[in-house]
Amino acid sequence: MTTATHPFSGAAPASGGMTAPIGPVKATFGGALRSEWTKIRSVRSTFWTLVVALVATIGVSVLVSIGTVGSKSGVQDLKTTGDPTSQTMSGFILGMLVMVVFGAMSITAEYSTGMIRTSFTAQPRRLVMLAAKATVLTVVALVVGLVSSLTSFLIGAQIFAGHDVHVALGDPNVLRAVVGGGLFMAVTALLSFGLGTALRHTAGSITAGVGLMFLLPVLQSFLPSAWRDAMTRWLPINAGGNILTTKDTEHMFSAWTGFGIFTLYAVVALAIGFWLTQRRDA
Amino acid sequence: MIEAKGLTKRYGDKKAVDDLTFTVRPGLVTGFLGPNGAGKSTTMRMILGLDAPTSGSVTVNGRPYVKAVAPMREVGALIDAKAIHGGRSAYNHLLALAQTNNLPRRRVGEVLELTGLAQVAKKRSGGFSLGMGQRLGIAAALLGDPQVLMFDEPVNGLDPDGIRWIREFMRTLAGEGRTVFVSSHLMSEMEHTADHLIVIGRGRLQADCTVKEFIDRNSEQSVSVRTPDPQSLHRLLTTSGARVEAQPDGAMTVRGLPPARIGDLAFDAGIRVHELAPHQASLEEAFMEMTRDQVEYRANAGGPSGGPSGGQPPHPGGGHPSEPAPPTGGRRRGRSRDTDHDELIGA
Repeated sequence: MTTATHPFSGAAPASGGMTAPIGPVKATFGGALRSEWTKIRSVRSTFWTLVVALVATIGVSVLVSIGTVGSKSGVQDLKTTGDPTSQTMSGFILGMLVMVVFGAMSITAEYSTGMIRTSFTAQPRRLVMLAAKATVLTVVALVVGLVSSLTSFLIGAQIFAGHDVHVALGDPNVLRAVVGGGLFMAVTALLSFGLGTALRHTAGSITAGVGLMFLLPVLQSFLPSAWRDAMTRWLPINAGGNILTTKDTEHMFSAWTGFGIFTLYAVVALAIGFWLTQRRDA
Repeated sequence: MIEAKGLTKRYGDKKAVDDLTFTVRPGLVTGFLGPNGAGKSTTMRMILGLDAPTSGSVTVNGRPYVKAVAPMREVGALIDAKAIHGGRSAYNHLLALAQTNNLPRRRVGEVLELTGLAQVAKKRSGGFSLGMGQRLGIAAALLGDPQVLMFDEPVNGLDPDGIRWIREFMRTLAGEGRTVFVSSHLMSEMEHTADHLIVIGRGRLQADCTVKEFIDRNSEQSVSVRTPDPQSLHRLLTTSGARVEAQPDGAMTVRGLPPARIGDLAFDAGIRVHELAPHQASLEEAFMEMTRDQVEYRANAGGPSGGPSGGQPPHPGGGHPSEPAPPTGGRRRGRSRDTDHDELIGA
């Protein structure tokens, strides 16, 4: 046998190239977590998606806050019936949209590139991999969400203070709303991730996520008012959105009840996605 | 060690893999041979638990792959070199895989070095050539220093140096006592690499034997003979039970008698012999002979097509109408079935 001369190696390949034995190892959930963290941080598109989420959410929130105090009626509204806290976080609707994309793509990108087969070969217990991915995704979305909500609130509160409208983190339910903003983003990403695992295709998953979050409210507005009133509070964005407010709204669930229902939707999507992934060929 | 028992995969009413039972043993390179669409990739995916068998079972080192404590320590697999995220660097791709099994980080550097990818480790894998992608796939397979290695069409699209590199690599791995299971539709490639063969056609097991046995069983040895007195020799050999065929260039092809016997007969009869050349059928020929009725697709013009010969890159999915008919002609084996309506499965 002759020695291979390849531009890349220059020498005949020798065994496993080991400098030391590997020793006993196990494919654990912790390993899967580290792997998913490496995956998420090593692709540029993830980074930019998250930057867009931050910039869009904070940017729009601040612009709306400035706009609100730009008119006398706006300031009057804040002082009377309005909810200044939720007003500082108006940009969240955009952030949610980006989170739908982020959540879905974190799994559909593996399917579209074929990486999923490599991933499931390294860890054939698929639920371990999916659970690890869901965990990493949730933590990342939560951090982005919390930075968005806190920054939006602090800047908005500063803008409002200039017009004698005062809100602070210590006020009743304000901290709940600000932390809730982070939670809302995290669970939105998780819901979309569940849809992505079930549908596997990027376009289909994002359409489903956007439809569920943003188009359902539009569609149901065409329904007879009696049905509409019964349905409204059950819509994902309404059930989850109340966490962003400091006051309960009429006909809506209270903040935590609503958020619990929203989380339940995400759990259902995840359960369906995980179940399908477990029984399908990869 | 890979053990398949009655392994079957059905897509609709089509059986991609049909009742396969075989064992792949350590210390050998076992070639997994079959025409495109014969079910090789599907079988390999079932071994890895990517596809669930319709019936039957397959184990790696005595248990289903899904049950392995550290799967990457058991099996290293190159199933599809393109199954990577092109936006990720080679280093990060390998690191993410190593972490799932808690393999030491140094292994990433070691396999990059071993496969000659160290210089491009930080580059996005999307820009890799086919050969480099293939090397990255092999690097990933070696991360866990596994006892079982599985390569699906590893030389696809590689240049001759790359092909030789992989061939030697597989031999080295088997020499270390590992189980090496490599699929190909390039019969000529297997001939130089494999010790043992598992041949499938239309999802069914056609042969499970050594390379030599495969050729012996599936082809007759022929002897090319030249003599200044062809008529006498023709008569002599025919009466001795041989089948003789005159060639256009004046030689004759003799079947049914070993070369020594032909020489002795000619000597005894006083017929001069100028050439006496035994011709061993190549694996290519034996394979085409065997699978002529089992190929998944059929070229329009007639004869069944095999893979291209001589280590050329394969033409994906297509037949090769210009492929010459098997030289050992005449012996039709296996079932004669209508294959016109069939299409590629799992290719």
